[in-house]
Amino acid sequence: MSETKTTHSMITFDKVNKWYGNNFHVLRDIDLSVAKGERIVICGPSGSGKSTLIRCINRLEEHQQGRLVVDGTELNDDVKAIDRVRKEVGMVFQQFNLFPHLTVLENLTLSPMWVGKLPKKEAEEKAMAQLNRVRIAEQANKYPLQLSGGQQQRVAIARALCLKPKIMLFDEPTSALDPEMVKEVLDVMIAMADEGITMLCVTHEMGFARAVADRVIFMDQGQIVEQNNPHDFFNNPQNERSKDFLSKILGH
Amino acid sequence: MNTTTFQPIAARPAPANTSGPLAWIKANLLADWATAVSTLVIGGVLLWYVPQILNWAFVKAVWLPSFDACQGKDAGACWGVISEKYRLIIFGRYPFEEQWRPLVATLILTGLLVLSCMRTCWKFWLAPLWLVVLAVYFLLMYGNVLNLSKVDTERWGGLPLTILLASLSLIMSFPIALLIALGRRSNLPAIRSFCTVYVELIRGVPLISVLFMASFMFPLFMPQGLQIDVLVRVLAGITLFAAAYLAEVIRGGLQAVPKGQTEAAATLGLSYWQTQRKIVLPQALSMVVPGIMNSFIGTFKDTSLVTIVSLYELTGSMKLAISSDADWMPFIMEGYLFIALIYFIFCYGMSRYSQWVEKQVNKSKLR
Repeated sequence: MSETKTTHSMITFDKVNKWYGNNFHVLRDIDLSVAKGERIVICGPSGSGKSTLIRCINRLEEHQQGRLVVDGTELNDDVKAIDRVRKEVGMVFQQFNLFPHLTVLENLTLSPMWVGKLPKKEAEEKAMAQLNRVRIAEQANKYPLQLSGGQQQRVAIARALCLKPKIMLFDEPTSALDPEMVKEVLDVMIAMADEGITMLCVTHEMGFARAVADRVIFMDQGQIVEQNNPHDFFNNPQNERSKDFLSKILGH
Repeated sequence: MNTTTFQPIAARPAPANTSGPLAWIKANLLADWATAVSTLVIGGVLLWYVPQILNWAFVKAVWLPSFDACQGKDAGACWGVISEKYRLIIFGRYPFEEQWRPLVATLILTGLLVLSCMRTCWKFWLAPLWLVVLAVYFLLMYGNVLNLSKVDTERWGGLPLTILLASLSLIMSFPIALLIALGRRSNLPAIRSFCTVYVELIRGVPLISVLFMASFMFPLFMPQGLQIDVLVRVLAGITLFAAAYLAEVIRGGLQAVPKGQTEAAATLGLSYWQTQRKIVLPQALSMVVPGIMNSFIGTFKDTSLVTIVSLYELTGSMKLAISSDADWMPFIMEGYLFIALIYFIFCYGMSRYSQWVEKQVNKSKLR
């Protein structure tokens, strides 16, 4: 059984490789170990494989070589393993991906009621608690498209939190937002970081990285080029590629 | 540096009234010389023809079921043919003195159809109610119980048959179409190819040939002694035919649901069927309501083709009623206009219902 060997680490990538089609080698020999409660920010130029990397963790993308173990479960074609992992992993998308035909409250109670088999009343109480946490409870009965982008993303975070995940994945959560709304989303994420949940966040919000990340990972061309704590990564990048990237995003 | 305070400009009403009948005429009928000319031409044509049509259809029309009056030199439309033959047109070859049975049965069925269209009635009891109503319907129509004489399905006809064929084939084709549409997007190659072949095969042949096969060829392949009623075979044919077209309409909707929706559902742990039922289908179907209704209306009118296998639904029974009577045969045009009106009433009702459904499902999109 693969469930015992990899203790201490919440997520382990072991020489993981992935291709799109035959020619696009999107992840190359990824080795990465994420400790329980660790908060990681992943950055890098577009097309570098950051999103694909975190999407492998809940099997939205499948890797073709290497081992990927999440909370003691190895991800492979076993559907039960995938289900087990998805119960532990919440995800927030760049485009929110709220269900537009359901109200905010229904978006939050859907999975607890249908997957978790909670009675409606209990699911709604828990959902309202999460909405309070992201400070948006008064919008519970509106439809997603009636909210601003920042509000929608906070709902999406609350929806993921309803499943009490051990790991949260953020795929560029603020990239689709108006500048004035970025802060309200980051504030919610920072508050969440204090609660010991394991977080992996693809983002270019360097202020957020400095404030909460334990480790910053820089990727380029499907590889992890450099990883370090935020202070050292920003002030003293070691690799030429990361220096170049940082000079571009911090340069103005 | 001085800071200035932001001073919002107060909102003002829109400029002076640009609406009203005169403005409308100017904008829509006489905007420039080309519009003015076309207004005049179309107006002239209408002025010339509309009075003639009204004159023919109403003023000079003969309403009495009198053959002689219709022969008059100056007579307009001969609506007498309808007063004379309406029972044959509407009920077809169903035995004349028993025609109260299809009337009652169809009223019950239509009543249930209307109920099923209302949101307040979308409860669990609707399904058993349908079974009860269908049972009552067939007992009434077929008879052979409780002093009701037996009437074979081949004598059923007219509007009741049209409504029966249309409603049953629409209700049955919808779930089949859903499965075919989902199947064409399945990850499993066997299911995907089966559904694709099904759609392409059905779309590749005309409904007439499907009906022909259902009616004449299918019995040849059945084991001796096993007979399936022609009505059932034709119903199956229309259902399978309608399902293929409907499946493609639904597939269009499925493709319009962004991939992020299924991804989000997957991260929330929903299974394939939960995702389809709760997330994908509600959005997909609400996007293709007009297309679905298009398909439904098409199927409703396609039922007129069953005449070729000797089932006389509304169109067939009208032709049978009028052309079998040499006296009235010249007035078959009036017969066609009469059933056209009946078809129009049903189709327009379906169309209005579709608009209501669209409003309902679009509520979540209103800001």
